[in-house]
This record gives sequence, C-alpha cells and structure tokens, in this order.
Amino acid sequence: MDSSLIEKILSGDDVATARALRMIDDELPEAREILKKIYPYTGKAHIIGITGAPGAGKSTLVSKLIELYRKKSLKVGVIAVDPTSPFTGGAILGDRIRMQSHSTDPEVFIRSVATRGHLGGLSKSAWEMVKVLDAMGKEKIIVETVGVGQDEVEIIGLAHTSVVVLVPGLGDDIQAIKAGILEIADIFVVNKADRPEANRLVKEIEFMLEMAGIKDKEWQPPVIKTIATKGEGIEELAVAIDNHFEYLKKSGKLKEKIRMQLEKEFENTITSLIKEKIYRKIQEKMESLISKMENGEVDPITLGEKITRELLKEEEK
Amino acid sequence: MPEEKVRILIAKPGLDGHDRGAKIIARALKEAGFEVIYTGLHQTPEQIVNAAIQEDVDAIGLSILSGAHNTLMPAVIKLLREKGADDIIVFGGGIIPDDDIPFLKSQGVAEIFTPGTPVSETIEWVKKHVKPRHKRK
Repeated sequence: MDSSLIEKILSGDDVATARALRMIDDELPEAREILKKIYPYTGKAHIIGITGAPGAGKSTLVSKLIELYRKKSLKVGVIAVDPTSPFTGGAILGDRIRMQSHSTDPEVFIRSVATRGHLGGLSKSAWEMVKVLDAMGKEKIIVETVGVGQDEVEIIGLAHTSVVVLVPGLGDDIQAIKAGILEIADIFVVNKADRPEANRLVKEIEFMLEMAGIKDKEWQPPVIKTIATKGEGIEELAVAIDNHFEYLKKSGKLKEKIRMQLEKEFENTITSLIKEKIYRKIQEKMESLISKMENGEVDPITLGEKITRELLKEEEK
Repeated sequence: MPEEKVRILIAKPGLDGHDRGAKIIARALKEAGFEVIYTGLHQTPEQIVNAAIQEDVDAIGLSILSGAHNTLMPAVIKLLREKGADDIIVFGGGIIPDDDIPFLKSQGVAEIFTPGTPVSETIEWVKKHVKPRHKRK
C-alpha cells in the first residue's frame, strides 16, 4: 500500500479519496489495507441519513443542507446512492444534478454510488465509504439512500440521525401506519409542503407517532415542513438534526449506536473474508458443482455445509 | 467479490438546454452495463472536472449543441491536465462540423460523434476504448 495515499486522504485530498472510494466500491483487496490505516482517524463526523420515496425531493434537500452547512463553514461529505439495473448491471447516477452548484467548493465532497445488487437502500460499500470521508475531515456526512419503499431501512444502522422524507399525495392514510420505513425516522420531513394535502400528512404522522407511543419516549421525532426547491424549512431541519445529535450524545445512545456499528462492521468483514476464501477455492469447480445440484446428486444445503466444513478444517491445520 | 465497473460522466457544458442526446447516451450506457454519472445542464468546465475527479470516472462524454465545442472541450481537457487527471478519456457529441474535428482531436478529445451516428456505434466505441483508468497504467 502506497502510504502517501493515506496521507493524502487524511489531508483532505479529493483525488486520493476518490481513488480509495473506488477501491472500496470495487472490493479490491487494497481497500481493506486503506481502511485499517485510516480507522484511527474516524469517528468524528456526524452521519446523517436521508431516505424516502423516489421523487420525494431527497437530493434537493441534501443540496440545501450542504448550502447551509457551508455557510457555517462546516466541511461536508455526501454519499448518494442510486439503484443498479438488475438486468444489465448498469446504473444512471443522477443525484448530483441537484448538487452540482457545490462541485467547485473544495470543502464539499460528493460521491454517487450504485447499489450493485445490495438491498436495504444503500450500497454495500456505503459503510466503508463513510469512514473515508470521515477520515478526510468531513464534519457532516450526508448519506442519501435510493428512493425507498417501505422496507429499506439499513440506513438506521449507518446514520446517527435518520431523516425520512415524505410528500403529500403519495397514498391514503393506511400507508402511514405500515411498519418499516416510518418507524426508523428520528426526524420526519414533509417536503413539497406547499401542496394542499401537506397539513393532513403532518397530522397523520403525528397521530401515528402518538399511537405508537413514540411520543412518550425521550426523543420525539419532530415533523418538519419544507419546500426544498425554495429553501424553506431547511434551517429548522438543520436545527432538528443538531438537536438529535446532542440528544444521542447526552443520553448515551450514541455509544450504543457505535457499538452496534462495530458489531456490524466486524460481522461484515468476517462474512466477506470467509466468502472470498471459499469462492477462491471452489471457483474452478463451480460449474461442476452446480451441475451436481442440477442433476439431483446433492442439494445446495448439504453441499454448502460440506464445503464450509472442509475449509474450516483446513484452516485449523 | 472484486468487480471493477467502468464509470462514465455524461455532462452538458455551456448554455444550450437540449439534453435529449445526452440522456439517450446515458441510458444506452446504462443498458450496456456502465455506471453513468449524469450531472445535468449548463455545467462549467470546472464543475465537470471536479465532478469527474470526485466520482473517479474513467471517461467523460461531453454533449454540446451550442457551437462552443472548440472552447469548452479543450477547456475541460486543460483542467484535467492541471489536476493530474488527464488519464480520464474525453469524448464528445453534438452538432460539430467535420472541419472542427481534427482540431478537437489535436487538443486531446479521443473521439467525436456527430448527428446521425447510431447510438450503438458510440456504445461500441466506449466498450472498446474505455477501461478502468487505474488498470491502464
């Protein structure tokens, strides 16, 4: 590993950071070496997740938040995730369109990422990419998920503060009582609040929170109305985001979150290391193994158990 | 598992507001399995180059219909050079007179696609010429 690459990342260099993010996204072996070296320099940033349905205005909100943070001279990193085509493996990453006004600001680093088949609303790489932006000195790191439906909630694990963006007119009231996405919000945003149904949506969310008993807990998710295109409500949103971070710190919840993240990172590392080892070992035999299963000689579970057992035995020696 | 995807920035520098061509190419590249970063209309060369660097793309496709290609395309290439990112391949498309093509190529533009070029031809060219830039060295 080129040690100057690490130094450059730590000094906030865009080229080096971009390169490291690429290695992570492509899952190159060097990526792990980089992550090991930068790890001591992480843990300083406030990670903010922005999630919501496609077209809810997530990218526009992010752009306005960047603007506000830059006025306060905060350094900002953004990871914007868009979906990969399940058929071609290609992707169009278009979140930058709304954020391009910041692309000449040296203290703003924006990276578009494709899901590459990962479910949950993020890319597999998003977790590690955030580490790099953290190490390069970004103070606010915003992670924008893909346009989500109801169940893509991985963002709660990664972000300290999760913002769920809703818009009026997307569904009847029953959508609002479903489990999943609505349960993860630390902050609700009702964007496009100049639409007629906006107040009703705010009421529905508040009612839902009351019913769920969330209102009695230490943190009551605020519901904030915004018109992102006009920049309205952004200041209130930023205040709510900061309040939530303060709450996390004071209540000890931040420590809990960090412990959970460590566990998840540890689990991810082990899983991918073992998977890589096994696949490297059986790569050449793959076709014949699949044929065996196809012919009914063995089922995938028995075969999977056998191969894993053999590998672990070999490791013991 | 390691998987090196080719990433391409499709950008529209300058003042014209016609992005149909750029969007068609972006879609076709997606269909061909590329990761395409699309940055929208009215981009300055600085915005394009900074985006290309942060996104670590392997190539930039510039779509220009305003007639300003002789200024804008070399400007992008000059900035890439200044930032040490001149291994990013630049190709272009739009209403570009044949007479201008030799000049643009002398400035470092790898290929120019003029109106009437089948989309498939552009895609084939990209497939053949654009590889992950860090592998090329």
